[in-house]
Amino acid sequence: MSKVADKNARRITYALSYVFLIGVGISMAAPLLWMLSTSFKSPDADVMNLKDILPDGLHWENYRTVMVETNFARALFNSALVTITITVGQVFTSSLAAFAFARLQFKGRDKLFLGYLGTMMIPGAVTMIPVFILLRHLHWVNTYWGLIVPAMFSAYGTFMLRQFFMTIPRELEDAAIMDGCGTLGVYWHVVLPLSKPALATLSILTFMGSWRNFMWPVIITHTRDMFTLPVALAQFQEMYGVQWVLMMAGSVIMIIPMLAVFIFGQRYFVEGIQLGALKG
Amino acid sequence: MRQRNNLIGFAFLAPNMTGFLVFTLIPVLAALVLSVFEWNLFQPAKFVGLRNFVDLLGFFRDEGTWYANDPRFWKYLANTMFLMVNIPICMSASLLLAIILNQKIRGRVFFRTLFYLPTICSGIGIMLLWMWIYNPEFGLANRLLALVGIEGPLWLKSYHWAKPSLMLMGLWGGMGGTSMILYLAGLQGVPQQLYEAAEIDGASRWRKFRHITFPMLAPTTFFIFITGVIGGFQGGFQAAYVMTKGGPDGATSTISYYIYNHAFQWFNMGYAAAIAVVLFGMVFVVTLVNWRFGGKKVNYV
Repeated sequence: MSKVADKNARRITYALSYVFLIGVGISMAAPLLWMLSTSFKSPDADVMNLKDILPDGLHWENYRTVMVETNFARALFNSALVTITITVGQVFTSSLAAFAFARLQFKGRDKLFLGYLGTMMIPGAVTMIPVFILLRHLHWVNTYWGLIVPAMFSAYGTFMLRQFFMTIPRELEDAAIMDGCGTLGVYWHVVLPLSKPALATLSILTFMGSWRNFMWPVIITHTRDMFTLPVALAQFQEMYGVQWVLMMAGSVIMIIPMLAVFIFGQRYFVEGIQLGALKG
Repeated sequence: MRQRNNLIGFAFLAPNMTGFLVFTLIPVLAALVLSVFEWNLFQPAKFVGLRNFVDLLGFFRDEGTWYANDPRFWKYLANTMFLMVNIPICMSASLLLAIILNQKIRGRVFFRTLFYLPTICSGIGIMLLWMWIYNPEFGLANRLLALVGIEGPLWLKSYHWAKPSLMLMGLWGGMGGTSMILYLAGLQGVPQQLYEAAEIDGASRWRKFRHITFPMLAPTTFFIFITGVIGGFQGGFQAAYVMTKGGPDGATSTISYYIYNHAFQWFNMGYAAAIAVVLFGMVFVVTLVNWRFGGKKVNYV
């Protein structure tokens, strides 16, 4: 192949790639932008009219209506409380267990760790029925306890953090021990500060997972004051299915925190995905 | 530090271990026990042996024809499998996007982020958006089709279109997501010398893909596929609950939606547990395949 032909072929590939990327990009962004635009339209606008892509002004009152009249403010609070508590709890319990698996010597450690790994494949549908029955006996149904506590423990988080802790040089710990650090001190003053990227990654993944979690809140909550955002949105859709403007406003409220976390934690995302893939 | 200290070890493990026992291990055993009982939460549980499993998986013969004891289970299992056809479709799209993005191209990071957006936003908000897009009378899909003179289908309200509609939504939401990121990482790991050697031999683009890229990505492909299948067996609950109520006529009901309905709508706790145990069995088989073959680098063809 001649040099010129080669160059031309390369240019064509480049151009085609761009056309393709831009096409896919538009098809991905357009529905999301449309959702955003619709959420600001006048509540009685003909939202189905494709000609009016942009709203006729920023109708912030849609957001107020959704927040106040449909109890979304409470659902937002519930979601925030539940998600943050689960995230902190999961990172805390996982990091303690991961530290034990990565650094401490005790009987049956490696067998226990294999057991943890094995449970990562257990479908949630298997455990949810007995857990519900248990919580019913504890009178935790339709409470924050029921929403939060079962989700505070994660085999996945333990696994992920353990893999990271294993990469921390032992010398740093030995130095700390020489300085009179106990086991707890090593965990708190050496391992945790050095693991900030892994802790951030786990926090972000946990946050995302529990913010959008749907099945468990549907099962465990029964009254509007306990609904999390996804459940409240689903119920809103059932009751006022045709009020698209308000529904899109509700969806935007649901999505914004996830977007914010993504933007601030972007660099941990790719790492997290890859860490999760390095199983076994 | 280095010497054995069981007490300290278990102290660190205790918080997680307690939760793990109470909310995972014991419930799994409890589900097994529950599956041989009939219980509606309000009356005393009744031991029924394997009857739940016979009712679920068994067949009976009537006038020369075989019928399933629970035809809905088989239908919903078929639905669940049908929806999993989306896994290879999404994977191919992800791979294509990753290969294009792996070139020296301006705006790579921008496009990567843009393609990841639907994954970030995924959840109920996106489902509501798609319910609107699919609305037969005024949805975006049929409006656009009308512009080019096509009368669109009923989408989620049509028995035959409902599953493909959900799959299209899944493709939109998933092609630029986690699997694309994993493929991009995989592509970075392919040694450039292999391509250079192939170029000296005058290999075409397709041959380079077929004989270098694809085999080198095999472990990634295997991982994405297996996790996809494991998730696929358990999937479909939220879309069924929010978008279709499992319909029309059960077209979008999946195993997990069926379990939910038996347990929390009809209060057949024992029967629901039996379905869950069967689901567990199917996931377990896939996991065994993963353990058997996943550890090896299967990058030969």
